[in-house]
Amino acid sequence: MVSSSQEVRIGFYVCHCGHNIASMVDCPEVARYVETLPGVVLSRDYKYMCSDPGQELVQQDIREFALNRVVVASCSPLLHEHTFRKATAAGGLNPFFFHMVNIREHDSWVHTDRAEATAKAKALARAAIRRVAHHRPLEVKQVPIHPDVLVVGGGIAGIHAALTLANAGRKVTLVEREPTIGGHMAKFDKTFPTLDCAACILTPKMSEVGAHENITLWTCSDVVKMDGYVGNYTVTVRRRPRYIDEELCTGCQECISNCVYKEPKFVDEFNEGLGKRKPIYIPFPQSTPQVVLIDPEVCLNFKRGVLTDRCKKTCVEACGDRKAITFTQREEIRELQVGTIIVATGFQTFDVKRAPQYGYGSFPNVYTALEAERLVNASGPTGGEVILRDGTQPKAIGIIHCVGSRDKKTNRWCSRVCCMYSMKLAHLLKEHSGAEIYNFYIDIRAPGKSYEEFYDKLNEEGVHFIRGRVGEVTDWAMTPEEEGKLIIRVEDTLAGFVRRIPVNMVVLSAGLEPQADAQEVRRLFNMSCGTEGFFLERHPKLAPVNTFTDGIFIAGCCQGPRDIPDTVAQAGAAAAEALVLIDRGHVEQEPNTAYILPDCSGCKSCLPLCPYTAITFDATTHRAVINEALCKGCGTCVGSCPSGSIGQNLFEDEEVFSEIEGVLSE
Amino acid sequence: MKFSYFPGCSLKGLGRAYEESLLPVMKHLGVELVELDDWNCCGATAYMAVDEAKACVLAARNLALVERSGLNQVLAPCAACYLVLNKTKHYFHDYPSMKQTMDRALGAVGLRYRGDTPVRHPLDVLLNDVGLDAIRQRVVRPLKGLKVATYYGCQIVRPYATFDDPYNPTTMDRLIEALGATVVRYPLKTKCCGGSLTGTVPKAGIRMVYILLNEARKRGADCLATVCPLCQFNLDAYHAQVKAAYGPVTLPTVYFTQLMGLAFGLPERELGLQRAAIRFQWRPAVPAAPVPSPVPA
Repeated sequence: MVSSSQEVRIGFYVCHCGHNIASMVDCPEVARYVETLPGVVLSRDYKYMCSDPGQELVQQDIREFALNRVVVASCSPLLHEHTFRKATAAGGLNPFFFHMVNIREHDSWVHTDRAEATAKAKALARAAIRRVAHHRPLEVKQVPIHPDVLVVGGGIAGIHAALTLANAGRKVTLVEREPTIGGHMAKFDKTFPTLDCAACILTPKMSEVGAHENITLWTCSDVVKMDGYVGNYTVTVRRRPRYIDEELCTGCQECISNCVYKEPKFVDEFNEGLGKRKPIYIPFPQSTPQVVLIDPEVCLNFKRGVLTDRCKKTCVEACGDRKAITFTQREEIRELQVGTIIVATGFQTFDVKRAPQYGYGSFPNVYTALEAERLVNASGPTGGEVILRDGTQPKAIGIIHCVGSRDKKTNRWCSRVCCMYSMKLAHLLKEHSGAEIYNFYIDIRAPGKSYEEFYDKLNEEGVHFIRGRVGEVTDWAMTPEEEGKLIIRVEDTLAGFVRRIPVNMVVLSAGLEPQADAQEVRRLFNMSCGTEGFFLERHPKLAPVNTFTDGIFIAGCCQGPRDIPDTVAQAGAAAAEALVLIDRGHVEQEPNTAYILPDCSGCKSCLPLCPYTAITFDATTHRAVINEALCKGCGTCVGSCPSGSIGQNLFEDEEVFSEIEGVLSE
Repeated sequence: MKFSYFPGCSLKGLGRAYEESLLPVMKHLGVELVELDDWNCCGATAYMAVDEAKACVLAARNLALVERSGLNQVLAPCAACYLVLNKTKHYFHDYPSMKQTMDRALGAVGLRYRGDTPVRHPLDVLLNDVGLDAIRQRVVRPLKGLKVATYYGCQIVRPYATFDDPYNPTTMDRLIEALGATVVRYPLKTKCCGGSLTGTVPKAGIRMVYILLNEARKRGADCLATVCPLCQFNLDAYHAQVKAAYGPVTLPTVYFTQLMGLAFGLPERELGLQRAAIRFQWRPAVPAAPVPSPVPA
């Protein structure tokens, strides 16, 4: 090991990165320039520093030229800092005697003038050369990982991730906000392009979750707080009362038939409001857990959610000795320890009322796609018969694609699934009603296995496809044939004129958007969101299920619109990434932590500033103490200490100041 | 409440009835309108299509005059003026080259446009500044039993939907209901009135007029209420041609301000109702109480 008092011998390497850097930065010139700087023993340019020969070069040079500092000017440290630290260590140096300069993302990729870009590369290299001289050897600390996993959201993504982990022998807690797991997929009738029944493929997985010895399922629950760091998260969950003891309820549902309300009277959320339910209910026959619940907003025994005991409680009588109904159940706050978290909170569909030109809410026979799913579903409110809100059966149906997608006025993105689900609904509606079906599309996007073939099949079935974004849905009839119908006005961009298509039913293929509370969830789990509000992955290609917070993974539509096969694949990937951490058993912590210097006066001003609650006060020494395991190296305390008594590894004063001097000097 | 008032050419010519009803109604509600001194053409649609920059300079001169007058808002009742003045404001802020052109042209005559004067429409002012409650209080002859098709046309809601929904505007609906009348569902409320097509391609223009009138009649409306002098003209002046092409559809088209005047019990002859080709015959019941005096400004 080299001590910092020895003579500094720096090796400098500038990477061409193929053409990525070399096309905009004169790499040999940068190497020649750096060679003249004090402390630099050798300076090279090389085509691909990250390649095996590139790394080998660093190791050889360390030995041959007795280097004790290494600087590589190449891409972002996010990509290859780890690579070069390893090479430095393999050459026999402490890996923190290495420093990396980003001349790709910060230079060649963002500049258009070669001379200026080269000058900038030199300035950045000069800063690094000055800084690295002050580097000190540091040790990487290992922190053990708690093997349990939290999965947030019980749609198909959360279900699949939880099962994968549980089958690998991990303990999983699955937290779901609704009274049952299943998510949107449980509402679907069939799935494209194979047309297998959604319930038939989903519900076995749901009951497997319910029965799995390694899965704890908490429905009617929300995560309200997360503390800690990768491997050691403390999560607080609020469990809302369902007024039923989950252990005692057998799911016999006798309470439902014996409710004082003889007929279902209240809006049935699961059927998108097309059906009715009672105050005591089970969302759908295969709900998991198979446990009823009471809606305190409408149950007679409550008044506006407050217990009154004014009902005859015929449900309790029906429940009898099972004694599962507990009107006194209260909200519970539970805390759990996990090492990793998978966030699979899903999406919401676009509120079609934001596109008033399509008449949802004004015309009863305009439906959302999810409503149409329930309408063709055998267990839906009409038993699968297409009976409209006005009691009639449609002879012609228009399906409008891209409602709240690919629209600069609402949501700009393509929701990816709507073309396919619209075609699936076209097939199902035709099958169930025999109606003529018109699809109105901008482009048909069917890029998946057997998807294009499904489109062909629909064409052969005689479903009409009209290319054009629909202008409006109106009841303004121009001919006697149009009277009493909904008229879809659209510019047919293939035929080249404006058409009026009279139909009896309109289905609006609403796009997918982030959940209404995505921002709160983002803050809760310390994640980022893209501009459209979906959770941001660490890298769009190479780390699609990781987030910028270690140990927090994302899966499913909370990251962006996707179909079921992609969601399941992603959920599996998230589970595998969690297993990688768990099976390794520990995480290595970047030693960029802050530490308290002896001249700390104990003013405590840093304590409330730490976002990770890593600082405590030691009354015996009258000084602040930083818990290295909790410190994330954000530097907030370092900058704010009034007496300058907090230092930070890798960001020491002399390191930062000499870096600044280096970049500013000529 | 005091506004600079930009009448534009229509309100002094074919659309005189709009001004004749707007001024007493606004006065009755305590809104003071000060006509802009030395105003010129707003730069409206035709000019806009030929040379946008020049049209904007014309409009910008008016806006500069408003700013110089010391009044901080301008009321533009004509839909075309309202659109062009707003468009000019947007261009001024969004396109540096347009701003330069305007600055240069105005500078030559010693004027300057800062670009911060709100251009307001009477519907906007009535609903958001005066308020429906204040309007209801002035209604002495409720238009009970009158069925109105509200027709907004294109220009006040598109492309700048500043105070109402671009597809389904409702401000006039709410106003007319506050007067005691019934608003019929009229899906064509923002459709084209034919614009200048009635003059240039009459076959197409007359068809559009017919569609609007016929649909309003089918919905059981006693009249169409409009906010735009061109809409009013197209819907009022071509009944003979409509009759020749499609059969008679006789339906009067009034300005919303005329209905307000009637409901407020203002003298009929002061509301310009006599100027329409198709006369609006329906009258509200005689007031039980005398008409209150105007709100002091």
